[in-house]
Formats: sequence, C-alpha cells, structure tokens
Amino acid sequence: MADIAHVENRIMPERVKRSRMSKVLGNAEFWRGLLALVVFVLLWEVGARWKEFFGYSLPYVGLLPPPSDVAVAWTKVLPKWGYWESWYQSFKRVLSGFIAAMIIGIPFGLMLAVNRYFRDIFFPPFEVLRPIPPLAWVPASLIFWPTNEMSIAFVTFLGAFFTIVINVLGGARSIDVRYLRAAQSMGATQWDLFWKIILPGTLPSIFTGAAVGMGITWEVVLAAEMISGGGTQGSGGLGFFIWNSYMGGSLPQIVVGMISIGIAGYISSSLIRMIGTHFMPWRRMF
Amino acid sequence: MNIAVPRMPGPGREGQPGANATGGPTRGQISIRNVTKIYDPEGVNVMAVDNCSMEIAAGEVCMIVGPSGCGKTTLLNAIAGFHSITSGEIYLDGELLCGPGKPKAEQGADRIVVFQHGALFPWMTLAENVAYGPMVQGKLRKREAIEKAFHMLAEAGLGDFGGKYPGEVSSGMARRTEIVRALINNPKVLLLDEPYRAMDALTKSIMHESLLEVYDRTKVTIFFITHDLDEAIFLGDRVHVVTTRPCKLKKTVDVTLSRPRNYQALSSEEFRLLVEEINGAVHEEAIKAFQSGEREMA
Repeated sequence: MADIAHVENRIMPERVKRSRMSKVLGNAEFWRGLLALVVFVLLWEVGARWKEFFGYSLPYVGLLPPPSDVAVAWTKVLPKWGYWESWYQSFKRVLSGFIAAMIIGIPFGLMLAVNRYFRDIFFPPFEVLRPIPPLAWVPASLIFWPTNEMSIAFVTFLGAFFTIVINVLGGARSIDVRYLRAAQSMGATQWDLFWKIILPGTLPSIFTGAAVGMGITWEVVLAAEMISGGGTQGSGGLGFFIWNSYMGGSLPQIVVGMISIGIAGYISSSLIRMIGTHFMPWRRMF
Repeated sequence: MNIAVPRMPGPGREGQPGANATGGPTRGQISIRNVTKIYDPEGVNVMAVDNCSMEIAAGEVCMIVGPSGCGKTTLLNAIAGFHSITSGEIYLDGELLCGPGKPKAEQGADRIVVFQHGALFPWMTLAENVAYGPMVQGKLRKREAIEKAFHMLAEAGLGDFGGKYPGEVSSGMARRTEIVRALINNPKVLLLDEPYRAMDALTKSIMHESLLEVYDRTKVTIFFITHDLDEAIFLGDRVHVVTTRPCKLKKTVDVTLSRPRNYQALSSEEFRLLVEEINGAVHEEAIKAFQSGEREMA
C-alpha cells in the first residue's frame, strides 16, 4: 500500500507558499479590478464636468457632483468629530442588532431543525412574521419601545434575525443523512451528534445567513436613522448624515455619506468572511 | 453489544487480530433468516426484500450482486440498524440483531457502514475522522485517539495525509480513509454499500487491492453490495446473486480463487469460468430490472 500512497503523493501538485501581499500584487485580477475602478471614476468625473456630450446633455451623470467635488467635501468632513460619530453610531446599531440576532437566531434555528415539537409550535408564527419587511416594523416599534435608540436596535435585529434563522434551519436540515448515520453507527451520543456533526455541518449556512443578514442590517439601520431623525449631528448615524446633507442641499456630501456606507458594508462583510474562514478551516484550502 | 476485547493492530499488536489459535476468524458470523421487508408509504405496499436467507461465516467476504435499486441496500440497512424489517431474523455471532419483537437492530460500532458516496465528515481532518469513533465511545482520549488514527493511516499508506481535510484528497484516498475509520472501531463486520461505484476503472482496481490487503491483514467479515460482477468475484469468498425487487436469493457461487489475491487473478482461467457461471443469472435480473423500470416510467 505504501507504494500507492507514494505515487499519489507525487501526483499532488506542489503548492508554492507566497505571502498574501505578493499574491495580491502578482494577481492579474487585482490589477484589472483596480483599472476598472479608475476608469469608472474618470468617466464619472468627465461626465459630470462636461454636462454635455456633442450637444446632448448626459442623463443622470450630468446631474451628479464630480468625484473631485466629492473628494473635497470628504476632506472637509473627515476632521469633523460628527462624521466619525455617525460612523460609530451606525456601526454600534448594526453590530448590536446583528449580534443579538446571531445570539438568538442561531440556537432558535438549530432548535427548529432538531426538535420536531419545537418546530411544530414555533415555525408557523415565525413564517407569518418573516415576510413582514423590517421597515414595516418601524412605526410600531417607535410606539412600543421607550427610546428611539431601542426601536432602531429592535428593527435592526429583526432585519438580520429572520434571515439567519431561515439559513440555519435550512442548513441543519440539509445535512446529509449519511453523516448522521455514520456518526451514530460509530457510537455518537445525541450530544456528540449535535456538537461534532450538526453544528459544524451547519456552519457554512450560518455564515451565509450572517453575510446576507449583515447586508439587510445596514439597509435597515440607514432607513431607520432617516425615519427617526437622529437628534443631534453625530448621534443620528450615517443615515441621518445623508438626510441632513440632503436637507442642507449639499449634493457632494450626500455622495460622501453613500460611499461611507459602501465602505462600512464592505468592512462588515470582510469581517464576517474572516471569521468564517477562521471557524471553517476545511473550506480554506486552495 | 460490543463485548470483544480490543484487538486493534497497533504498536506491538501486529499479526492476525481476530484469528484464534487454529488460525480461523471467530467473530462476525451473520445469519439472515427469512427476512422480509415491506415498505408501506401511504398504504401502497412495496416489497423490497422477500423471504431472504443467507449464512455468512465469520471472516467471510460476502458479495451481494444485483441490479441497482433491487433492495440490496435494504438488507444492509437492516443489519446496520438504519431500517426495520417486517419479518424474519438477523443474528450476529448468535445474538439477535433484529427479529420478532425487535424490528430494528440497534446501531453499533460492531457493524460499520462504508457508504456509496463516502461519508467522511468534511469538517474534520482525515485523522480526526478516524479518531472520531474511539473518542465518542469514550474508549480513548482525544490525543490518544488522534495518535492511533495517524498510526493506522500510516499502516494503510496514508500517513502523510492525516492532517488534510477530505476535500483536499482524492476520492480513492478518502474511501481508503473511510475503511480505516471503520477498522479503528474493531468492528465484527464491515458493511460496504457499493463503495467504489462512482470510480473510474483504474482507481477502482487500486481500491480493490487495498481492500484485499486490509482483509488479509484483519480477516474481518465483509458484507459487500455491488452490481459489478467482476468486482464481486475478485474480492469475494462467496457471491450471492439476488433478484430485482423484491430482493430474493437467486444463485450462490463459492469463489475458489486462492488468497492472497492480486490483479493477476483477473486474467486467470478460473476467474473467466466463474464470470461465465454467474453472468447469465446477473444479466437476466438486469433485464428484468430494466423492463420494470420502463413500466414505471410509462
């Protein structure tokens, strides 16, 4: 047998270890992506500056502030405390709602998956509440919760909760029965089955749910911030930052707010991806 | 259920575990008596196994050959304890696994199944997979179990791959790991459900030799389901051809090829004669299965 393993060993291609940075810089995809971004910004700049193209006015682009104006507006708000306070507030709301949704949603989804009685009792009301868009909850929660902050947190929580639960449930229920049988025939108790088979088997779905849920959370937070109107400059969050810029008629600053949210969302989903690869080493290969 | 003393091949415990003083294996004798299985989905009775009896000696490689979907797997599931039987009895080493008053056998590590598409846990490394059985049974601590797993993987020529995840190795290596994962539990019988079905001919031939090598080393009883007649003759001590649904014994042939075997046996005159002897019966059932399949489609 040893000789066979040896042969297979030789067939396996040698993987050259390179640093992450050199991998990125040596990657044609990276440079293409960068080029695309640069071209996009250039076209935007040109389109927004010219307003007209051979006598025809450019639709949409002509009305936008050029990226250079946006950059100028950005450098103006960057040193301001209120701008960063907005970041902090929005992030705080997203994370608190999201983490609460994870803490309650994951066990709830797993319980739905493994216990038939639990599913019979809790799944029908869950399915009735799930299609209600989180934003439809805003007026009711503004009335129900004593503070603005709590109602925003609640709506944010709802945004992520349903998505996470439905993903966890689906993931746990679709674990191949062969794994369960194999584990049981090797003598696994219910406890082992849950911690060593069902939970790791559901992890990919948990992180899918988390990634989607995180996106929804940002959507909901922004909308809730605009609706609830914030209060003072910073405590309104990025949603209120945009709304405020709109009220003040500063178009470049609206775009600053929009791009800030894009960056914030990107940071959030990168974080989830990082945590995901940490907890799922078997998906890290290649 | 598992009353056997540990007899795992390990450091200082080489040789022929499971063999007694006279050299013959003593565990893993299976007796299937008049087993019938009727599925009853929504009142429509479907007979999967019809009054099937067979005796499998301790240390025998028993091959069940029949067309796809004929009810062979039902029989295997009954022995493994995944499904109940409607009537009849199954004994393992004289102990009743399932029978009257006990329609479903308890699942136990004395009968380990290797599945058609493989069931290594993708979230564990090969060594962790192998170590899983002794760990959950509380026989070994994690560190000891992993150590032993590496040792057994090395014995099977997989020593360099213990730290890899199943998704990182070839299907052949994964399947061999699965056999190791079964053997570490010191089972009385290995239940193999078309384990090499989806493999190309070359990988398959390597798998066969690897399984023969494992068998020669351990003499564990093997209950092997396949629809590949060559595979059945090459590996088995005895080949049972079963009919298409419901599964019933049609023909039993003793394989006289001497052990240990290697691929040269495949081109021997003896092998050719055995194929000739069984082929007719298998082909007949294949045609029946094909026609009944067409009827269902119509």
